[in-house]
Amino acid sequence: MKAKIHITLKPGVLDPQGKAIEGALKGLGFDGLSNVRQGKEIEITLAETDEAAARAKVEEMCKKLLANPVMENYAIELLA
Amino acid sequence: MKPSVIVFPASNCDRDAAVALEQATGKAPKMVWHGESDLPDTDFIVLPGGFSYGDYLRSGAMAARSPIMRAIVEKAKAGTPVIGICNGFQILTETGLLPGALLRNAGLDFVCRTVALRVENSQSMFTSGFSQGQYVDFPVAHHDGNYFADAETLDRLEGEGRVAFRYVDNPNGSARDIAGVLNETGNVLGMMPHPERVISPLLGGVDGAAFFKGLVEAAA
Repeated sequence: MKAKIHITLKPGVLDPQGKAIEGALKGLGFDGLSNVRQGKEIEITLAETDEAAARAKVEEMCKKLLANPVMENYAIELLA
Repeated sequence: MKPSVIVFPASNCDRDAAVALEQATGKAPKMVWHGESDLPDTDFIVLPGGFSYGDYLRSGAMAARSPIMRAIVEKAKAGTPVIGICNGFQILTETGLLPGALLRNAGLDFVCRTVALRVENSQSMFTSGFSQGQYVDFPVAHHDGNYFADAETLDRLEGEGRVAFRYVDNPNGSARDIAGVLNETGNVLGMMPHPERVISPLLGGVDGAAFFKGLVEAAA
């Protein structure tokens, strides 16, 4: 089973990289856009076959290492 | 005093910290590799600056989970003084020994210059070489030095006198100009500026020498 973890900065946390990307997009002539935020995605292949067990395991990984709860949120996606 | 300097892969201020400690104590500190699980007999711990683990995942995130950190967290909780400078500050927030986090600099640039700081609390063991409100010049050199915590945490830090240093001219977007913070019990300090880089006129300043002399005297 594969897990994809999407890690994003919490709303309200300054994202200067997102702002720079937004500036570059506008510089290229794209208009009608705002609030560009940059996050990251982590992929993990798990030996688990049980979805609940896999989710619990990845949840623990997020809490212990993958995300910093002071500034980040995370969302877990499991793929068969 | 029996100080130790922890060395992580890609620490780059560990030797500067060792020289600063040796100048202040007359004795070379122990250098401890991050992969060790036990600390030597020590009563003062320095987490030096650098780019441990290449800043992978988040600055300080990997180092905070390295084997030696378990022993350091235990020691810190038992009252042993621990100072984290620059990457060391990032590591301390990642372990949870200090509140908040260090985000990418607001201006996106790597900032590398000498900045003026105001001593906000001269009562801590780390800042006793200075007087309250004194201005000191320390270099900064970082990409992720933008101190962030929620408003409630910031209020608590300020209310409890746990802001050790503030920037006079904020170089990185840090909340409330915070450059260094103390833990609840005052035995853990994290700061982005580098006192170990200004310990001799040859290095362009001596405010760091006063910093190390003060903390060694306070620890004695």
